[in-house]
Formats: sequence, C-alpha cells, structure tokens
Amino acid sequence: MTADKTLSVDEAVAVVSDGMTVGIGGWGSRRKPMAFVRAILRAGVKDLTVVSWGGPDLGLLCAAGRVRKAVYAFATLDSIPLEPHFRKARETGMIEAREWDEGMFYAGLLAASIRLPFLPLRAGLGSDVLRLDPGLRTVESPYTEEELVAVPALELDVAYVHVNRADARGNGVVLGPDPYFDDLFCKAARHAYVSAEELVSTDGLLEGTSARNLLVDRTMVEGVVVAPNGAHFTECPPDHDRDEIFQKAYAGTAKDPDLWQEFSARYLEVESEAAYQEAVEEDTRARAVRGGEGAGS
Amino acid sequence: MSTVITRADHCVVALAEAFRGDGEIFASPMGTIPSAAGRLARATFEPDLLLTDGVSIGVAGILPLGGSVGDNDTCTEAWMPFRKVFDTLWWGRRHVIMGASQIDRFGNQNIACIGPWEHPKAMLLGMRGAPGNTINHTTSYWVPNHSAKVFVPKVDVVCGVGYDRAAALGHVARFHEIRRVVSNLGVFDFETPERAMRLRSLHPGVTVDDVVAATGFEIAIDAGVPTTRDPTDEELELLRTQIDPTGLCAREVPHD
Repeated sequence: MTADKTLSVDEAVAVVSDGMTVGIGGWGSRRKPMAFVRAILRAGVKDLTVVSWGGPDLGLLCAAGRVRKAVYAFATLDSIPLEPHFRKARETGMIEAREWDEGMFYAGLLAASIRLPFLPLRAGLGSDVLRLDPGLRTVESPYTEEELVAVPALELDVAYVHVNRADARGNGVVLGPDPYFDDLFCKAARHAYVSAEELVSTDGLLEGTSARNLLVDRTMVEGVVVAPNGAHFTECPPDHDRDEIFQKAYAGTAKDPDLWQEFSARYLEVESEAAYQEAVEEDTRARAVRGGEGAGS
Repeated sequence: MSTVITRADHCVVALAEAFRGDGEIFASPMGTIPSAAGRLARATFEPDLLLTDGVSIGVAGILPLGGSVGDNDTCTEAWMPFRKVFDTLWWGRRHVIMGASQIDRFGNQNIACIGPWEHPKAMLLGMRGAPGNTINHTTSYWVPNHSAKVFVPKVDVVCGVGYDRAAALGHVARFHEIRRVVSNLGVFDFETPERAMRLRSLHPGVTVDDVVAATGFEIAIDAGVPTTRDPTDEELELLRTQIDPTGLCAREVPHD
C-alpha cells in the first residue's frame, strides 16, 4: 500500500499560521498556485512573509491585508506590467519589503534548498540592493581577492506550487514551457504542497511527455491537491490561458475600495474553491450570453 | 509599403549596432524596438546571436514582432527557461537591452521606483535583474522618451550599476560594460576618460540643443557630432516585410 497524499486545498493551508514565511511558486502571472492562495485568504491567517516571483498571488494577499513583509525582485501581471495591488501596498507603506536582484532571489532559494547558509554571488555589488537591505553581508573569496555578496538562504516555513498533473503520492509534471523554480521552493520549505490541474495514476504521468518534465518528485511534497483551473486567473499552459478579462477586472479594483469589496465578496469571501470556480464559470456564461446577443443585433 | 525612413527606424538601427561584434552570445532585448533591433542585427551583420521569442524558446529564423515560433518558417533552436537565463548571465555570454526610468551620467539606472525606496511615490518594476545583469555582462539601454525626468543628475535607486560604482568595486566588476544608450533623440556611449555619458550620434532632425535641453546633467559633446546612420535598403526591406510588418515600432516612437 503506497501513501495517498491527496487532501483538500483547505486542509493543505491549515499548516499556515500567523507570521509564517510562505513561498509561492510560478512566475508573475504564470502558473501560480492560486487555489492555495485563495485558501490562505479564506483561512484568515495574517502577518505573513511572502516569498515570490511576484504576481497576483502577492497582490491578492497584500490587498487583503495579510502580508507583513514581501520578499521579491519584481511584481507583475505580465500583460499588465505593474501589479497594482502590490504597488499600492508599497506606496502606502502597508508592507515591509526585501527587494533583491532576480539572480539573488534564485541563489537564496538554491541555498535554502541545499541547506547552505548563503551562496556567494556577484549580483548586487555596486547596486542599491545592499544599501536597502541592511541584513545583507558580503564575503571575501578565500581563493581570490574578490568580495562577493553572501546571498542568505531564503528558508521557508511552507511552499505551494501548481503543476499540470500529479499522482497521489506527489510526483508532478509540468507541461508548459518553463518549470520556473518550483522544485527549489519545495526544497527550501519545511512543508511543501503541490496542486495539479489533473490527478493521474502514476503510470499516466508521462502520457504524451517525457521523464524530463517530472519537475516535482514525491520526496519534496507532503500533500497533493486536485485543483482543476487552480492557477486561474494566471496562465497554466497547455491546460488554460491567462483569463485576461478577469485579470483586468482584478487590476481595476486597486483604484476603488468599493470595487475591491465587491470583488472580494464575490470571489474571495466564498466558502470554498469550488464556489470560486462556480462564480468564474457564471461570469463566462454571462459573457457568452451578452456576446451572443451582441452578435445577433 | 512605406519607404520613408522614420525615427523608429533610426532607433532600431542604432540599437542593432549595439550588438555589433558580439558573436555567438545570448542577446536579450527587452521591449518592441529593442526586439526589432536584435532580430535585425541577427538577420544581417550578427548572424550568430541567440534570440528568444521573449519567453523561453530560442528561435531560429526571423520571427516577426508579436509572432510565435513557427511563424515565417521559424523553428526552435534552444530552450531558455528563466533558471537558464540566470545560469547564462552569470556565465557572461549575454548582452541585455533594458529600459530605464531614470539614468545618470555614469549610467546608473533605476527601474525600481520613483521617490525614496522606503516610501515610493511611484512603485515601478522593482530591481528585476538589473543589478546582476550589469555586474555580469554587457548592457545597453533603450529610452523611448528622452527627457530631463529620465536623464537625471542622480537616480532615486541604483538598480543597474554605472561606471563610477563599477570603478569603485575594482577587479570584481571586470565584466561590467554599458555599451550604448539609445533614445528617441540620439545614441550615447561612455567613451570618455572618466567614463561619463557622451553624445555619440544624433538622429536625423535632432539638434545638439534638443539633447541638451532634454538632459538633466552635463553630457559630453564632441565637435561635429555625427548623424545616426540610415538603415540600408536591405535592412529597411527586412523591417517592413519580415521583422515588423504591422508597424509596431512606429507606434512606440512616432515619426516627427
């Protein structure tokens, strides 16, 4: 009998408590574990330190007031270059920020994943990263006379990632063009969870693909969540594109607290991920009806 | 098909020239006009450049702006996911063209935010990869709206490292090079004894006074500043028919 690690998305976020450091996989508005993010929002935890290649995951958590500190190199919605809710959180001073060079961010995850306290890197030298993050130190090379940035390990309490398919033990396949750094997030964390568009049997993992796309293996994760459309509204190729209409509406709520309240009530303060997906489907049906009428007139 | 040479054409050609001599490296032009420039350079005088679709696929052949691999008989020749981008840039075989919300006379660049970082007036992109790019390999910049708000005496946040800071670091910064800054007004480099910004050429129709008026610091200007070269007939044909058939570049920089 092999372990079945499947659990509900709400069970998978029960491990998160106030003040924890949470790593979120994906990149910008691409293959983000949004079902987990929504579950975190429903769970009501706060004062989080969020470590992310920032996208709407970070934006949503900021807008809902759950972030104490963001660790990032950027925050973008891709088709909308600046993440508006994150932007607002920074401009109003709502959150603390640890803003690194992208390569430093990668090195920090890598260091944590291989249990090193830091990795030396050239990136950051000469820039204001070192001035703005007084916790950063440099290190003298023992072999040459070079002083390098000692990028500290980005150790995580919990990590969440989303893939195209997974089996019940936690082996995960990414079918899109970029694996990003999801395996490093898992290994940098004390607890890691994967959600998947589709749950398959182990012998179905490689259907139409190769072993090279097995990004996450079961040693890295302690729970598996089945979450069809779970990256919505970010893209998750080839399963689904980014929902640009939804994303635009989400971005628009940063300008108006009433619009945000409306958005939050309709999509976030719902009882479950299923209720969220239902609301999204309802929107799609309503648009189809309106589109149909438009075409007929 | 327009045969009038536009301001956008001169910007594209000037940025393509930034890649001259680079050989077999990963070229990372960010944005519309820089992408057209990379594709133009590779289709003509720098055939060994490796270019992507802007996401993670290295594309062989001439990819039209906004197109995807397969268009215009292109095919995949490389895989460049983000993790490999960093491995490559640390390795050094890369030349990036980034934007700049602010740039100073030594080439320090800001894309992070306007105002004090601790409490920004306007949060912009964040550091992104600018610190790592500039300290590890060749960088050029593209500024579509040359003004004293962009060309400033002092940037609010240093993301991309300039020549003064690189010099202060010494040997460890030996891979630092800012080759060109191209704006809608002209082309700039740092080929002065103190490695400060110099006017390298003016786009046709632009005067030295135009540049001085739109620049917030003293820029080095030699006597007899040349004019940015025109695209050749071959380059113009490539731009109009294959690289930018829908005229996206002219939308970024309108013709006077």
